[in-house]
Amino acid sequence: MQEIMLVFKEKLKVPIEAEVISPNTFSGKKMNEIAGLKVWHGNRRIKLGDVFEIEGETSNEPENLHIIIKGDASKVKCVGKRMTSGRITISGNIGMHVGAEMYGGEIIVEGDAESWAGTELYGGLLNIKGNAGDYVGAVYRGEWRGMKKGLIMVEGNVGNELALWMRGGKITVKGNAGSFACAHLSGGTVMIHGDINGFLGAEMKKGIIVTFSKLEELLPGFKFNEEVPILRLDEEEIEGPFLRFVGDLAESGKGELYVLKEKNQHLT
Amino acid sequence: MSKTPQSPLIINNGIVYDPLNNVLGEKASLYIKNGKIVDEFRENGAKVIDAQGMLVMPGGVDIHTHIAGSKVNTGRMLRPEEHRVSFVPKGVMPRSGGGYSTPTTYICGYRYAIMGYTTAFEPATPPLKTRHTHEELNDTPIIDKACFPLLGNNWIIMNYLKDRETEKLKGYIAWIMQAIKGYAIKIVAPGSTEAWSWAKGISSLDEEVPHFGVSPKEIIRGLVEINENLNLPHTVHLHTLNLGRPGNYETAIETMRILEGFKPAKERKRVLHITHIQFNSYSGTSWKDFGSGAAEIANYLNSHEHISVDMGQVVFGNTTTMTADGEWQYRLRKLTGFKWVNGDVELETGMGVVPYIFSRKNFVNAIQWSVGLELALLTKDPWQVYLTTDHPNGGPFTAYPTIISWLMSKKARREMLEKVHKAASGRTTLPDVDRELDFGEIAVISRAATAKALGLKDKGHLGPGADADIAIYPIYPEKDDAATEPKKVIKAFSKTAYTIKDGVVVAEKGKIIEQPFGKTFWIDVEIPDSIIKETYNDVKESFDKYYTINLSNYLIGDRELLRSSPIKVSP
Repeated sequence: MQEIMLVFKEKLKVPIEAEVISPNTFSGKKMNEIAGLKVWHGNRRIKLGDVFEIEGETSNEPENLHIIIKGDASKVKCVGKRMTSGRITISGNIGMHVGAEMYGGEIIVEGDAESWAGTELYGGLLNIKGNAGDYVGAVYRGEWRGMKKGLIMVEGNVGNELALWMRGGKITVKGNAGSFACAHLSGGTVMIHGDINGFLGAEMKKGIIVTFSKLEELLPGFKFNEEVPILRLDEEEIEGPFLRFVGDLAESGKGELYVLKEKNQHLT
Repeated sequence: MSKTPQSPLIINNGIVYDPLNNVLGEKASLYIKNGKIVDEFRENGAKVIDAQGMLVMPGGVDIHTHIAGSKVNTGRMLRPEEHRVSFVPKGVMPRSGGGYSTPTTYICGYRYAIMGYTTAFEPATPPLKTRHTHEELNDTPIIDKACFPLLGNNWIIMNYLKDRETEKLKGYIAWIMQAIKGYAIKIVAPGSTEAWSWAKGISSLDEEVPHFGVSPKEIIRGLVEINENLNLPHTVHLHTLNLGRPGNYETAIETMRILEGFKPAKERKRVLHITHIQFNSYSGTSWKDFGSGAAEIANYLNSHEHISVDMGQVVFGNTTTMTADGEWQYRLRKLTGFKWVNGDVELETGMGVVPYIFSRKNFVNAIQWSVGLELALLTKDPWQVYLTTDHPNGGPFTAYPTIISWLMSKKARREMLEKVHKAASGRTTLPDVDRELDFGEIAVISRAATAKALGLKDKGHLGPGADADIAIYPIYPEKDDAATEPKKVIKAFSKTAYTIKDGVVVAEKGKIIEQPFGKTFWIDVEIPDSIIKETYNDVKESFDKYYTINLSNYLIGDRELLRSSPIKVSP
């Protein structure tokens, strides 16, 4: 795999819209052509080379390309947007819309991610080692066709409206989640290990939510169904016992919510 | 507004289609002075456009397109996702904007102009919300426009009809046109929208509207009578009962029968326009045996000339439905499960907005697509059936070029039939229809007949004295064969070589080069003050008792319209 390294020349004050930072755009281009790619910087267009020192070797195939961003990239937006293959590693934090509408490949964020990470994902892997903002694996305004495939893993906490309108794929959050996680969920699996702020699974139609912490409140649209000693999902088995709820009955009520029994006696 | 002084303009050697003046494909030149078409002149300073062999038609006149007002804006707000994928940056067009089925006002005006359309009428505005409609029409550049107030579920009107107060009703209609600057009487699902505010619907023309004691039949007949009595330029514009439901072609025919033998005003043939008739031409008793009733409707139209219709053609893709028929929108939402809006306008009407995706693989959608084309092709007289998509209900108006290609080419229809659900071939007559419209007939259904139906004397034709609204399309009728080259037709009708509005070249090869603002027409009925005064007392009482706003805040002044253009009418 060929590596291309992007190192900040100086700290950005105004964000850049850098959907060009993607193996799909970089592949087949010479290093100077990559440095010449245009990005929006506020209301002006500048070159990628004005922001980064760009080094490494390029490749003709996106799947053989590994892009590495060094430093704090929290003002760099849309990295890996719509990428289909290859790999991106961000050694620090990353700005909004990382991996949005991504079709394949792999993005690893060592630090934190801003909001809209992995929005409307169609495939691929997005791994965030730190915290993430709002709308992880969610949809943009008005859209009802959310994340379809792929995998999002967040080791830290996430903000509000995780997995909004998600249709498929899988999201794992090791930390806490904000309000309205999995609202309008209509497919896929979401696992949340930490605390959840409320309104979990509001108006969900289908799909699976698994939580491991104490759930302070449960929406009235959820009904207890049965106790499950061991939860069997596609390829994994999770020791329970879990309480299985179905909901949201305000919608079709075909969604499944599993909460860990030992921490949630108050829900029985 | 454009400040450019107008130089005279000459359009040389185009192939002119001007059906109202019986010009069908003749090589001719057009002469324009002060925004009007004039007789031949010789002048050195004139600007000359060489239209050598190109198709020249009057500017398009859209009789039914939801482009402005509160429900259109509700549609825009409901669909931010389509403004994300369909947008126009400043530079590509003079002002930025976006939206596919719910475009912003400026983009709407530009897109019409680029397609060679220069007039478009908003067919549904609740009188109470018409200030909003006019604000948006003011912001829609280039095209001339007008709006039709929704009057089919109005409390004051229904009370007058029940009490048989014909004179007062006349006064009210005359007053409302002037008060809110409206153009024609629009009826949507007569009585049914009112019933819907009581969680009921009306499905029969003889059923009584709850609390009002009048039937849809009486509403239609009563308003048509007043319309012809007042001599309004357009007929009553009706969205019939039972829209969208299987078996509803019978309701449509029953509705047309109500007015058989009714005497129209002056020399006009028609007494009623039934809009987006495609949505009312279905056979069957349920979604399972859903089929086309287009042949029956077309047969009726072929033997009766008192009705005109427009297609309401469906095009496949993602669109937004919006109508004052709140009950139907509730049903549609139940079918789709999509996000939705439903609303009530006190004393006047209701509304609903639901996104919809017309899918080729869905057999109902495939039949709907066929039905629209069947109607246009089986109805023999093109002066009776007009081109619309009921924008954006059947699809956005930007689909007109594609629809024109289907109408002009059996080959294009056959290609599409192969791509859609086989029900379109099996349950409709479309595969057997051989008719292919020519450029003259396209000019009829998209401008000449619509202008005539709307009573616009200076539009839809190119005779001396007509407004110089002209579309020059980059297709050559002498050598291009529309029947075998549908792609060429789509391309030509999508982007004019030149669009001329009031003698100014506004668009050239798909680029907007000038953006003058068009006129807003409204009807000023000259009716004795005594009649208006009597009605006014009732209106005042209604406002004091029921309306949430003051009467003085309801009235729309002449000065609120950017280019107010009253049409005086004497009964």
